[in-house]
Amino acid sequence: MDEGRPRSFYLLAAFFAAYVLFLYGPMIAIFVLSFQGPDGGLTFPMNGVSLAWFAKLWSGTGIVDIGAAFLRSLKLGLVVMILTVVISVLAGLAFRRRFPGSAVLFYVAIASLIVPSIVTSLGIGLEFRLIDEVVKHLAERWGWTHIAATYTTAMGLFTSGLGAHLTWTLPFGLLIMFAIFNRFDPRYEEAARDLGATRWQTFRFVVLPIILPSVVGIGLFGFTLSWDEIARSSQAIGSVNTLPLDLQGLTTTVTTPDIYALGTVTSAVSFLVIGLALYTIRAIGTRRDRHGSDAGRGV
Amino acid sequence: MTPSTLTRHMTAWAQATPMAAVFFFFFIVPLALVVMVSFWDYNDYEMIPTFSGRGYTETFEGCLTRLPEMCTMFKTYTKTVKLAAMVWVLTLVIGFTVAYFLAFHVRSKTWQIALSLVCTIPFWTSNVIRMIAWIPLLGRNGLINQGLTGVGLVDRPVEWLLFSEFSVVLALVHLFTFFMVIPIFNSMIRIDHALIEAARDAGATGWQTLRHVVIPLCKPGIVIGSIFVITIVMGDFVTVGVMGGQQIASAGKVVQTHLDALQFPVAAANAVVLLGVTLVIIAALSRLVDVRKEL
Repeated sequence: MDEGRPRSFYLLAAFFAAYVLFLYGPMIAIFVLSFQGPDGGLTFPMNGVSLAWFAKLWSGTGIVDIGAAFLRSLKLGLVVMILTVVISVLAGLAFRRRFPGSAVLFYVAIASLIVPSIVTSLGIGLEFRLIDEVVKHLAERWGWTHIAATYTTAMGLFTSGLGAHLTWTLPFGLLIMFAIFNRFDPRYEEAARDLGATRWQTFRFVVLPIILPSVVGIGLFGFTLSWDEIARSSQAIGSVNTLPLDLQGLTTTVTTPDIYALGTVTSAVSFLVIGLALYTIRAIGTRRDRHGSDAGRGV
Repeated sequence: MTPSTLTRHMTAWAQATPMAAVFFFFFIVPLALVVMVSFWDYNDYEMIPTFSGRGYTETFEGCLTRLPEMCTMFKTYTKTVKLAAMVWVLTLVIGFTVAYFLAFHVRSKTWQIALSLVCTIPFWTSNVIRMIAWIPLLGRNGLINQGLTGVGLVDRPVEWLLFSEFSVVLALVHLFTFFMVIPIFNSMIRIDHALIEAARDAGATGWQTLRHVVIPLCKPGIVIGSIFVITIVMGDFVTVGVMGGQQIASAGKVVQTHLDALQFPVAAANAVVLLGVTLVIIAALSRLVDVRKEL
């Protein structure tokens, strides 16, 4: 059967290698340049090697309060992650069987994925502006002086911003849930039910452990999509910026390598999160293998 | 409806409600508001809730009066569609080839996973970072210009490498090719290898097998990937902004420019047009592929 590799293999392998180089080349360039010496510029050659730009970043003197934006993005990403997991798993369970309205909800989710982000973002921005108008109007009319005097806007990181991110992460979460349940063997559940498990017990002790690695995957997806989101946040985030929005603003103003240092640091965070998630998935797998069958132990 | 199906539906509704609520409040209502506000009037500092076609007349300004010369809006859309077409062709060709290699030439599962992971890792880095990563390579004093002048191919650094249409297309292909690879790869690994053997046994050349067996069977993946890439490029304003040096106009960029000027009704009218054009392209695309299947 082993007839050696055809010539097309080597051609395609070369193409693939070129693609990988195309993917990594620029990234490697900025990782290297972020260690530029203190007198170095935005391009090669390296003018010595130092951590000067990281130090500048850390002291906060180089770029407008990037640390705060970093924390905001991290918090928002974690909230988006948790909500994406919970909402997607719930909806995924609902979609295992047809229900009235399931087709509509499915098409809305797909539409949310393909409607240009700027349109969604503009809409959410308008929605919250109108809410503000209504609140101010009502406050004046009904004489809630306290509210009329202090109210500014309902728009914010965890209102409009959170909603904008969810319209982006939830369709992916739902599609992953479809993939999960397409491969799920319902006999496990039937067995649990035959053994007298309640519906909650069936979910908690049978379904959830089986789908858990993929659910961690959804969380991972949710976090990274949120961590990097710009287009949908742009009009819907309110007065403060997330990290990628700040980064985007910096591209036009910063002329020193601290922006590369920032790139290196944000990438490191992404890698850390992914690494943790992959580790968790593996740990779940190992634990399952080690425990093997828990037949006869009860719940 | 029997009581038991009713209970089942109630459970399903309860489970689907959070997702439906999010989409209702943050997608359906906002879209409706965009359409509504696009018909509002406005002045220098606020929008006025009275019916007006001003958003649209301003958007299409000069489109009829200055014929046959093209108006700004038409020029912008021609350019955006051209951009989307270029990125689409490039991502499709590159994405298909990469997926083909991964699906048919990489034989062991472990290698398949390892190589897919290699392709995924760059996606864990912020898009903006991946854009500015081109600066040290393409800039006036970048590596490519250093190389070109070093070898003596050009006397002066080439200027069109960065902050140009070229760099926008390059960055978009760099960022989004993988969105083409995933769905096409997904279609490919589902192809029964017996079909390919049958084609070979029936005397088909490698090219014929590709053309008449593999490509038709990958159609769903190709369509999904294409829709994804095209909608991203049509609405993009971040990549066009950063890589075009904020100098290139595109459909998404125009919306953003009007928003920065707080002209919400004009921005909304532009957004409605953008949405319409995008949907027409998607409809045409799925039709086009379907027709091919019928032939």
